[in-house]
Amino acid sequence: MIDWFNVILQGVLVGGLYAMFAAGLSLIFGVMRLVNIAHGDLIVLAAYIALVTTEALGIGPLVSLLLVVPIMAAIGYALQRLILNRTLGEDLLPPLLVTFGLSVIIQNGLLTLFTADDRKLQAGSIDVATVRLFEGVYVGILPFLQFVVAIAVIAALQFIFYRTALGRAFRATADSQEVAQLMGLDNRHVFALAMALSLAVVAIAGVFLAIRADFDPSIGPARLIFGFEAVIIGGLGSLWGTFVGGLVLGVAQAIGAHINPGWQILAGHIAFLVILAVRPEGLFARVRG
Amino acid sequence: MSVRVTFASRSSQIGTALAAFALLVLAAAPAWGGRDDLQLLSQLYAYVALASLWNLLAGYAGLVSVGQQAYVGLGAYLLFACAILAGLSPLAAIPVAGVIAAIVAIPVAGLVFRLRGHYFAIGTWIVADVFRLIASQLSVLGGGSGTSLPASLVIAIAPTRQMRDFIEYWIALALVVAVLALIVLLLRSRHGLALKAIRDSELAATCNGVDVMRIKILVYIVTASATAMIGAFVFLQKLRISPDAAFSVNDWTAFVIFITVIGGIGRIEGPIIGSIIFFVLRQTLAELGTIYLMMLGTVAILVMLLAPKGIWGLIVDRLGWQVFPLERRVLLDGDSATAAGTKPS
Amino acid sequence: MSESLAPPLLAVRQLDAFYGDFQALFDLSMEVRSGEAVAVIGANGAGKSTLLKTIAGLLQARPEAIVFDGEPIGDKPAYAIAARGVALVPEGRRLFPSLSVEENLLLGGQLKRHGPWNLRSVYELFPVLGERRDLPSTALSGGQQQMVAIARGLMSNPKLLLCDEISLGLAPIVVREIYARLPAILAAGTSVVLVEQDIVQALKAAQRVYCLQEGWVALTGAAKDLSRETIAAAYFGM
Repeated sequence: MIDWFNVILQGVLVGGLYAMFAAGLSLIFGVMRLVNIAHGDLIVLAAYIALVTTEALGIGPLVSLLLVVPIMAAIGYALQRLILNRTLGEDLLPPLLVTFGLSVIIQNGLLTLFTADDRKLQAGSIDVATVRLFEGVYVGILPFLQFVVAIAVIAALQFIFYRTALGRAFRATADSQEVAQLMGLDNRHVFALAMALSLAVVAIAGVFLAIRADFDPSIGPARLIFGFEAVIIGGLGSLWGTFVGGLVLGVAQAIGAHINPGWQILAGHIAFLVILAVRPEGLFARVRG
Repeated sequence: MSVRVTFASRSSQIGTALAAFALLVLAAAPAWGGRDDLQLLSQLYAYVALASLWNLLAGYAGLVSVGQQAYVGLGAYLLFACAILAGLSPLAAIPVAGVIAAIVAIPVAGLVFRLRGHYFAIGTWIVADVFRLIASQLSVLGGGSGTSLPASLVIAIAPTRQMRDFIEYWIALALVVAVLALIVLLLRSRHGLALKAIRDSELAATCNGVDVMRIKILVYIVTASATAMIGAFVFLQKLRISPDAAFSVNDWTAFVIFITVIGGIGRIEGPIIGSIIFFVLRQTLAELGTIYLMMLGTVAILVMLLAPKGIWGLIVDRLGWQVFPLERRVLLDGDSATAAGTKPS
Repeated sequence: MSESLAPPLLAVRQLDAFYGDFQALFDLSMEVRSGEAVAVIGANGAGKSTLLKTIAGLLQARPEAIVFDGEPIGDKPAYAIAARGVALVPEGRRLFPSLSVEENLLLGGQLKRHGPWNLRSVYELFPVLGERRDLPSTALSGGQQQMVAIARGLMSNPKLLLCDEISLGLAPIVVREIYARLPAILAAGTSVVLVEQDIVQALKAAQRVYCLQEGWVALTGAAKDLSRETIAAAYFGM
């Protein structure tokens, strides 16, 4: 019994990380209906940038966030402005293929620079610190911190989207690019800001990924898939839905892993497919036209 | 005044003649080519077939899938399963794989078709990953590290290695010709007209009575089946299978997509051109390893941004050529089928 | 009748406008002087909406074909033209469905141009909107949505407000109610172009009229000087 409680608890905590993978994706789906196939690889890129900054400057991983976040945001702005804006339009293929190409370039670029060796960021003592909740149940400080940060990130995104001028600009541009232009909004700039925000979240996710687990250049696509599954399970158009989707995915994977370690990812996929079969709009879909 | 629809144009008549000649030369390859040549050509044919099928799915039916490796791997594993578990001749296993894959594709379609557009694409990727993970769990077929085709079954194909090479080569050629023929026939049929309508405007097609969903499902199943047969052949030739190789996104989706994009989407000649270019690049540049892959990605991006119709698309736009007689032209009394100035439809 | 010596606020000169290969406007010229309301009338397809869209920057033209406040703007993108003080109230309202009434207004005001219009003053102009400020914009009646659309345009404190068929689909009493606000808008310093199907209302509200027919100006003059017959002839191309 306690065993299962632990499993679910760990699943919930890792679900927070998945929610962070998903939040950036969700934002971009919502604002410009773009699927960024390179999303997972960008998370890994952020992890490597964190690696470089921590080693070069001798700072801790959490401090490196101060550098990694602005760097990734700037990359996001440039990427959207210079390349991805050109792919937006009626046709599905251009953004999909261009981001697919980007994925290949990033993976192989990282491979060339850093080789396929596993890396990990050391966070010091909090890496292994745990707190005892009650008899037999221990919560790692780091996973818990990551979970809290995930909640904070989603809450911040909600705030930005629904309570700021920037968020209004995002929602209006998503509704109608043409009318948004009439109000003085330059779409190219709005989309670039959205991508910058998305990659800022990716940066946070990447740093926490780097602290939590071994990473190498090839693990990007799996992170994209986890993020995507979280978005679909939670329902399109709802950030808190995405958060819950991440938790559901984390728990499903934890249960699968507990039954048989080889079934971890498969269990997540099955949860996704079940939701797709039974409630395709997701758990908390916001109906959008 | 009578009106008839014809497919031929002067360039297509020339093109078809050239293609027929090329086919004869290629069929005779065992006579003039060495073992390496035959293997290279077989791989080329496999990619032409896979890219043509992906083109049918994405360029004509509008179903952009990044998960076709699911069927490549499925076909390959079905071949190995039939051979190892049922003792079936590997040659007979290829069509069996095609049939079973078609059946598997039905519930898969039922699931992934609940997603649209980009979401559909990633959904197909997840399905492929599910297949890969299940394959890793099948210890009877080697689990995570895979297995080899038993020597006895390999010998059963033909007594000598040279004979086996020839037979496998001809199977590859037969498969790619069959796939291309299937696609040409499909596009020339009324289903093909419907597909072109869907490609141009799904909404308009629906308003004109086209049952869009039924055609898409049909195309998906046919493509899955053919892709599985190609996959079965590829791994028959490799003699060894593993989940990562059979379901590799890079080998069976990334390269296929790049080939189709660079060659030209939505046109039959595109994947052929793209495959040739891809193989030329691979032969000359592949030692560069990761740099080669980065170049490929960059080229794909540049093509998508600057020449979205690919290389063949550029040629068609400038010169109006077509190799395969597919464009419908309406001829009135007295018009000649080979009149100059074909306008692609 | 006083002749203004100052250059007009908006001068459209020999404007051609195209949708792809299709030409919608032919050599069209018109002007709007500061402080006036100008009506543009004509049958469906005459090019009225095209004219407004081109001025607003949704369609491109030669730079000098449209001169606003002394500056050629014909080839500038819509967001740059909006920043210079031209606001379009689009045909069909086209409010943002994801935004509430107040958020639509705030969006309209995000250019932060200086002027008399802000949330408080537009709520004074259209009190019913203040009562419904937090509702989704699509939950309002047609007339109220039209008010939101106009108020949204005003929030950018434009020098020129382009109104595309604001009477469309609305009951006459509602149309009158909306037009009753026009004097206040003009008095606060915004010039107005009114594209209208409702000719009676347009002639009552405007000082000058342009009648378009298949993309060119068939008739222009002061509203009070033009007779019904003259207008009908120009309207229907007789």
